[in-house]
Amino acid sequence: MNAPLTPQPYSMERAAQTVPLLSVRDLVTRFRIGRGTVTAVDHVSFDVGAGETLAIVGESGSGKSVTALSILRLIPDPPGVIEGGQILFDGRDLLKLSDAEIRNVRGNRIAMIFQEPMSSLNPVLTIGMQVGEPINQHRRTPWAAALGMARDLLGRVRMPDPASRISAYPHQFSGGMRQRAMIAMALACEPQLIIADEPTTALDVTVQAQILDLLKDLAQSARSALILITHDLGVVARYADRVVVMYAGRVVESAPARELYARPRHPYTRGLMASVPRLDGDTGKRLVPIEGQPPNLAALPAGCAFAPRCQHAIDACRQTRPPLHDVGSQHQVACILES
Amino acid sequence: MPELLLRVDDLKVHFPVKTGAMFRRKVGAVHAVDGVSLTLARGETLGLVGESGCGKSTTGLAIMRMLAPTAGRIEFEGQDITCYGKKQMRPLRQRMQMVYQDPYGSLNPRMKVRDIIGEPLVVHGLADDSGAYQDKIASLMRTVGLLPDMADRYPHEFSGGQRQRIGIARALALEPSLIVCDEPVSALDVSIQAQVVNVFVELQQRLGLAYLFIAHDLAVVRHVSDRIAVMYLGRIVEIAKRDTLYRSPQHPYTQALLAAVPVADPVVEASRRRVIVSGEVPSATNPPSGCRFHTRCPHAFARCRAEVPQLRDLGDGQAVACHLQEANA
Repeated sequence: MNAPLTPQPYSMERAAQTVPLLSVRDLVTRFRIGRGTVTAVDHVSFDVGAGETLAIVGESGSGKSVTALSILRLIPDPPGVIEGGQILFDGRDLLKLSDAEIRNVRGNRIAMIFQEPMSSLNPVLTIGMQVGEPINQHRRTPWAAALGMARDLLGRVRMPDPASRISAYPHQFSGGMRQRAMIAMALACEPQLIIADEPTTALDVTVQAQILDLLKDLAQSARSALILITHDLGVVARYADRVVVMYAGRVVESAPARELYARPRHPYTRGLMASVPRLDGDTGKRLVPIEGQPPNLAALPAGCAFAPRCQHAIDACRQTRPPLHDVGSQHQVACILES
Repeated sequence: MPELLLRVDDLKVHFPVKTGAMFRRKVGAVHAVDGVSLTLARGETLGLVGESGCGKSTTGLAIMRMLAPTAGRIEFEGQDITCYGKKQMRPLRQRMQMVYQDPYGSLNPRMKVRDIIGEPLVVHGLADDSGAYQDKIASLMRTVGLLPDMADRYPHEFSGGQRQRIGIARALALEPSLIVCDEPVSALDVSIQAQVVNVFVELQQRLGLAYLFIAHDLAVVRHVSDRIAVMYLGRIVEIAKRDTLYRSPQHPYTQALLAAVPVADPVVEASRRRVIVSGEVPSATNPPSGCRFHTRCPHAFARCRAEVPQLRDLGDGQAVACHLQEANA
């Protein structure tokens, strides 16, 4: 691949000094709906190092997807608005960029892969045009050359017969092939960061393994960092270096993957791990569910959002919101009972 | 040996593919289910797993006789129900019920929970004005872990997990011996799935129900099932006792399916042997010749392309449809 034409102040030496590639600080994203306000992302902070794979885990409504969309400023406004915080990417605050500047980041320096490949591909444009578009847009490569590069990219994502596929339309592709095309599009400008939001939830399990293996391989060989948003603890275990666990719009725990699975500290993380049947688990055992219901974001309790479902909750949990604090090397938890 | 409840022999369900605006000509058929045989004993759970389009849901619907089988034989509680009409099926429906995947689409939004759960009793003429009917509804709600004072609410007032409990209570109302569960937890959040899975397991222990548990999540199926059948493109490729299937899967597709599911433990994952099959499930309109998995199978040889493998008994309840087994035997 050619070197990108946009200047890249980022260098590997800076990564060595452990300046994270992406640093999200106190991000707050709200949606005004009807009479109320829903805080979808509530003072979320985390870092992603260069070349690292970070998993953001949570159930529906935990704010993981809104966090991803906020990073690229893709929140529909209205009703949504990013109310506070910083998103430092490579030394610049993405929230302070002009519309033209953020457009130059999207698909170029940070690429996104969405859950449903059918609704995120344009049905009336050929695959070649869609994969070639970021190259044409961001690098001013003429279309003829961009289409040639699109063909090479489709080959890299192991699409069979890429030369004929560039003139095919999305409806002619299977689900797995569409997601391969999405990955090719994301890789087109060799981004430093790829955000994949539930990239395989719509796919069958054998295809899921193919796609995630491919994504991880390609991100690794391009030295791109990867944010993998998922609800699947198995996927996290297989692919992530570090994990951020979200609940009700807040980060409740953050740790290296091995550390998190070996020593989960937050009662929600522990509950999640106990409630999921494992392929290698003990089948005689009863699953231990997390009792109660997922929280209503429009009416969150004061204090810890998980307190109503937590077996260990004490009065103090219901009064003040627990801060995220260190409990070990790189291991942080937002629970006052864990120190 | 427990009493046999359900026996399915060489079940086929084909859907015609038609063309033309006025004179609809049949141009082909989707072979959704193509020769499925299975048995289910009283109080047993048979898991039916496979990827989308493998025919697992169609198999369930055909067993419930909500679809007419194209060929084959379905025997339930000793009666051959393959060709039963609506009228003949009706008394049997008390004995076989279904729980659906989508807890939003499968409950009428205009009915109160009381009426949803009681409807099967009304339909079968078992409801009356006595307190016994109301008591029955209250007891059904308690059975699935809902509070009886919620009976006058509407489905939209409940969460996904609670709605699925309502669907289970409705299925239990007629005290069936078989419940066909079609992806009953896949629409639920991870932390809620365990609650509903536990409801299924506890009900079986208490009421001696048999489940045909259709799902794509192999970990959930493993947790609830006694035996498991793996389907691929309309056929069962392997059937075995739960632990046998997970410990020594014999069919290359079963092996690939199990290898593809990540285990929620980074240490285990790092040391796991990985077999990733390439490609995707081919079309059921024009399935591959011979063994339907041969287009993706890493071990396929000439015979696999020419000849359809039959399920061969390997002993201890395990049967596999693969030519390799015969070659190795």
